[in-house]
Amino acid sequence: MAHDFTSTGHHTSETVRTATSESRLARYGLIATALCFVALFLLLPLAVVFTEALRNGPGEFLTVLRDPETFSAIRLTLLVAAIAVPLNLVFGVCAAWAIAKYEFKGKAFLTTLIDLPFSVSPVVSGLIFVLLFGSHSLIGPWLQSHGIQILFAVPGIVIATVFITFPFVARELIPLMQEQGTSDEEAALSLGASGWQTFWYVTLPNIKWGLLYGVLLCNARAMGEFGAVSVVSGHIRGLTNTMPLQVEILYNEYNFVAAFAVAALLALLALVTLILKTLLEMKFSAQIAASRRH
Amino acid sequence: MEVRVQNIRKEFGRFPALNDVSLDIRSGELIALLGPSGSGKTTLLRLIAGLETPTEGTVYFGEEDASKKTVQERNIGFVFQHYALFRHMTVLDNVSFGLKVRKASRRPPAAEIRARALELLELVQLGGLEKRYPAQLSGGQRQRVALARAMAVEPNVLLLDEPFGALDAQVRKELRRWLREIHDRTGHTTVFVTHDQDEALELADRVVVMSKGKIEQIGTPDEIYDQPNSPFVFGFIGESNIIPVRVGNGQLWIGDRSIGVSASGEADGLAHLYFRPHDVELLDDSDGSIAGTVAVSRRVAGTRHVELDIGISDCRVEIELPPEMAAADGSRLAFRPTRWRLFREGAAG
Repeated sequence: MAHDFTSTGHHTSETVRTATSESRLARYGLIATALCFVALFLLLPLAVVFTEALRNGPGEFLTVLRDPETFSAIRLTLLVAAIAVPLNLVFGVCAAWAIAKYEFKGKAFLTTLIDLPFSVSPVVSGLIFVLLFGSHSLIGPWLQSHGIQILFAVPGIVIATVFITFPFVARELIPLMQEQGTSDEEAALSLGASGWQTFWYVTLPNIKWGLLYGVLLCNARAMGEFGAVSVVSGHIRGLTNTMPLQVEILYNEYNFVAAFAVAALLALLALVTLILKTLLEMKFSAQIAASRRH
Repeated sequence: MEVRVQNIRKEFGRFPALNDVSLDIRSGELIALLGPSGSGKTTLLRLIAGLETPTEGTVYFGEEDASKKTVQERNIGFVFQHYALFRHMTVLDNVSFGLKVRKASRRPPAAEIRARALELLELVQLGGLEKRYPAQLSGGQRQRVALARAMAVEPNVLLLDEPFGALDAQVRKELRRWLREIHDRTGHTTVFVTHDQDEALELADRVVVMSKGKIEQIGTPDEIYDQPNSPFVFGFIGESNIIPVRVGNGQLWIGDRSIGVSASGEADGLAHLYFRPHDVELLDDSDGSIAGTVAVSRRVAGTRHVELDIGISDCRVEIELPPEMAAADGSRLAFRPTRWRLFREGAAG
């Protein structure tokens, strides 16, 4: 630790501090505020969810989850995430590639557009799709006559989820790819690699950590999305209810234990995502640091 | 391989980066593209590589028109200023990359690729470091890996973009000598871009001086230094003095004083006299010399640099003298350039 030049002999070590460090009061005040906030708004609710869920013991918890409607909600949520996340992975990489590595007209517009799902309320996003695919819309009758069901069915839920989650991967990758520039790719091409080989052996390894992080965030949101999905799903029990919707239904029916059990499962999925990310970061921290430093 | 650049023009949007540039590069030659930033030297290098396409003009590799070929098909070796090593691959994998990505029909067996990569690492004096990652190497070592990687594909031509630009002075000097050695041993036709005149003059067989998208002069380092053909080249290469003079009666005049330099054959009129600080002889303060008072005298390594006030505003002359020569501030000195060039008005560099 570097010592301040004001710390001459008769000063005690407590007065030794660097220019950027605050007084003790300010320091502990800041830490205490942050901890209180985390405890009050994050840990406490999480604890409530799990205690409520396990109120009648773990046996009841498992019974509730075995309910066919709840089970179908879990399956649907996983299915939607399994479709939406890969789609957004591909889209995110394409969009980030285009924005970071090429110059073209409308680039600034595209960059702004990618943020749209973040800035529009999810309920509004859901309504957009109702207007787009509903029976009074332009393509609604055509869809109906061909027997294609989008609204109040799985396709609608998938579309709404894809829309809501599409900024995550792209947002994570754009600054990373812009910082890395194009010379690695140019080096690979000059050595005779094809475009695909260049992407696979050079670009992808360079962005894999950002990509993984984006995918995890995207997945967490895809499983947890409520607003937009609620509008397009139609709440058909056992068919178009995802886990967040199922939580709401159970709660409104005063079936608190079941509601909290599903909520706990959802929270658990989110926690697993976070833990997975932290573990990966810990395991590969040296590699991540190296790839940023180089 | 011989490389010919013919009447190349390149525009970025509406900004002309290269304007009607032609250049013949001989097989096995080590050639430097030298110029200030914005002179188009890097653009020219990237055009030869195929990383850029010319707006107009042709690039020949041997007798073959390479203009329509992609960068992959040209089989070149390109070394980037900031190395562009693949950071997630070991040194060995970096060097083998160009061979590993080949189609199966053209790809040597794995054992042979490994052997060749190790041999190249030996050549660039990095034997034993093949398992390291780029982040574990110094700047100079990284650039040597980059060179080995480029040479692994047996390139038609080796292209280096400011290869030593990101290194500190000491390493630069070492790598410079070393690159010359490597070149003499392997015989690859090599083009390198630099803005450092010492680097170009020391290293290259021929130097191409560029400015504002055009080639100013092509020649051996001696020709470029001793016979610069334009005010720009004179001013850009080495130190130079510029004095406004008048030509009359086969003599050069400053005001009404002849400077004792015969300029027979030069038309009368105003001109600029260019000469190097070390191309001077001291004289007694007589007619037929340039005389001035010493403004600043500095000892720089093995020579004494003396700045003279010669009575023309905004025009101080710097000359180099032996260090034992006394030159107190305010004392008078007279000299005459022994080697010089005249450039006419409007062409001052």
